[in-house]
Amino acid sequence: MANLKITQLRKAYGDVEILKGIDLDINDHEFVVFVGPSGCGKSTLLRTIAGLEDVNSGHIYLDEHEITELAPAKRDLAMVFQSYALYPHMTVRKNMSFALDLAGVDKHSIDEKVKAAADILELTLLLDRKPKDLSGGQRQRVAIGRSIVRNPKIFLFDEPLSNLDAALRVQMRLELARLHRDLRATMIYVTHDQVEAMTLADKVVVLNQGQIEQVGAPIELYERPKNMFVAGFLGMPRMSFLDAKVKDVHSQSVDIELNNGTSLSLPIATQNLKSQSHVTLGIRPEHINLCEKESGDMQVTFDVAEHLGSDTYCYAKTHSGESLTIRENSETNVSAGESLGVRINTAKCHLFDQQGNAVGYAVDTEQ
Amino acid sequence: MHLTLRHQKQLKTLVIGALAWGIALLLFFPIFWMLLTSFKTEIEAFSTPPSFLFTPTLENYLTINERSDYFHFAWNSVVVSVLSTLLGMLVAVPAAYSMAFFETKRTKSTLLWMLSTKMLPPVGVLVPIYLLVKDAGLLDTKAALIVIYTLINLPIMVWMIYTYFKEIPKDILEAARMDGATLLQEVTSVLLPMSKGGLASTILLSLILCWNEAFWSLNLTSSEAAPLTALVASYSSPEGLFWAKLSAVSTLACAPIIIIGWFSQKQLVRGLSFGAVK
Ligand SMILES: Nc1ncnc2c1ncn2[C@@H]1O[C@H](COP(=O)(O)OP(=O)(O)O)[C@@H](O)[C@H]1O
Ligand SMILES: [Mg+2]
Repeated sequence: MANLKITQLRKAYGDVEILKGIDLDINDHEFVVFVGPSGCGKSTLLRTIAGLEDVNSGHIYLDEHEITELAPAKRDLAMVFQSYALYPHMTVRKNMSFALDLAGVDKHSIDEKVKAAADILELTLLLDRKPKDLSGGQRQRVAIGRSIVRNPKIFLFDEPLSNLDAALRVQMRLELARLHRDLRATMIYVTHDQVEAMTLADKVVVLNQGQIEQVGAPIELYERPKNMFVAGFLGMPRMSFLDAKVKDVHSQSVDIELNNGTSLSLPIATQNLKSQSHVTLGIRPEHINLCEKESGDMQVTFDVAEHLGSDTYCYAKTHSGESLTIRENSETNVSAGESLGVRINTAKCHLFDQQGNAVGYAVDTEQ
Repeated sequence: MHLTLRHQKQLKTLVIGALAWGIALLLFFPIFWMLLTSFKTEIEAFSTPPSFLFTPTLENYLTINERSDYFHFAWNSVVVSVLSTLLGMLVAVPAAYSMAFFETKRTKSTLLWMLSTKMLPPVGVLVPIYLLVKDAGLLDTKAALIVIYTLINLPIMVWMIYTYFKEIPKDILEAARMDGATLLQEVTSVLLPMSKGGLASTILLSLILCWNEAFWSLNLTSSEAAPLTALVASYSSPEGLFWAKLSAVSTLACAPIIIIGWFSQKQLVRGLSFGAVK
């Protein structure tokens, strides 16, 4: 049980800076997810916390003690690798007890701890097998079991589910959530999958090109993204972005005009916008609805519809050629080339300035 | 003639099989001939055409036993091979570890450079090495042979172990580090057990190379530290050629290593085809 503090962490491979000054606080019992596109430095950040990579500058504190230069073996952290990294020459039991054997824990309590972990993870019948005789999901459990028995200060996971098939991934995701609830341990989890981030995290850290874009609770990030990157990265299908120009700024609202001539009044309170400046309107697919032709806020032409059973995703183009994604219920039936009106839920819209930063939030989501 | 696919396949297997047997017999024949000759009298050994039918005799072996102390030479061979192999492993394993898991941009060229030293003709450095050994007062000592054999075999040992270590995912070593293993524990509990097949092949190869080495043993030893290769050579020159006795002593020199090789065939094949299978 522990908290972690990272200040101004920098890491470079040769001339390429991979982590560009990371500041982060992780509290006791928290499930923190690092999410971001492939290659953004998530694994590198996790590995510096683990001690498997040196840092160029900056500090890492575990429970107020600096661990920046400490060997991984001395940090008392456990890591679950994407490849599972089980010891192939040891049985499941030995894999799980290895750390305790090294630590010189007595045989009796090792047995107890291994048995307890095996019970939680339903590995009891597999204890005498070698890793090569296990399925992917079972190996995954052993890797998790190996870290549970140690009762480490923090659990580190590096994309632990990405080698599993879709069904198993959902199941393991639930088990991880349950595990976190039962163990009440601090966990740091790396993934590129925003669904895992949204469903598992107490706190999501969105990384992009070695920098933290935003930190917050999943729903907070979803509803109040700080910039276009976070807004676009979280949410399936993606948020649609439309270019616009500011017409008028009121105390509690902003009037904008889209490229296709549509005028909208958004209930966003902001001081920093000037009339005539260029902005980007962000709308999530669930905040747009279809309506009759020639009605609604604007007219669009349909391109493709994806029927998922529960929902239908409609991909459309505005008359100025910009893409718009609309999420509708399953009964919706539109055909390619068809023109219809759409109604925009202006209370849920996002507005970004030219640098891509949110200019403010819709009034009703303001706390 | 029209061959079905199955017949073609059978024919191919047959031809390849016959070729393999042919080559194997060709390679084996000298050894077979040596063994045969060692049981002939000197006259029979020398006769043309060579005789296949003869009354086997142990006379040669008995003479050798009288004239020289086989076990003295065999013991030297064993000591030198085993200690040189151990010393080699002690250096090669850490070297290969750092090259395989902490690779820098010069690792590959260092390896190639090490291997390239094997291409120098040993005779080119005979005089300097002889003088060095002499000045160190190590002429005709096992220590000199051990050190020299180790140095000769190190490049190939490091290279072999490096290729085996390369096959081990780095993650597993990192997992051990996370589990609290010290460097030594990481190596002894995880790395070495995982690569024991490869290490065994390397040890075997080193033993064989040391056992068979003749150039340095002939030049640096005379009697006290002389291994079996020197014993064999002593039967070939001074008193003219005695084919049967030479064959008998050669058989005695080869026997131990052939027996070891026979029992560890599988390891050996795997070890020697490293690199080729990739
Ligand atoms: N050992 C290394 N040497 C050089 N570059 C590396 C090394 N490890 C990672 N990188 C680079 O660092 C960047 C971030 O990598 P990583 O942290 O693994 O990304 P992520 O886990 O977010 O996909 C990538 O561009 C990758 O190419
Ligand atoms: Mg990664």
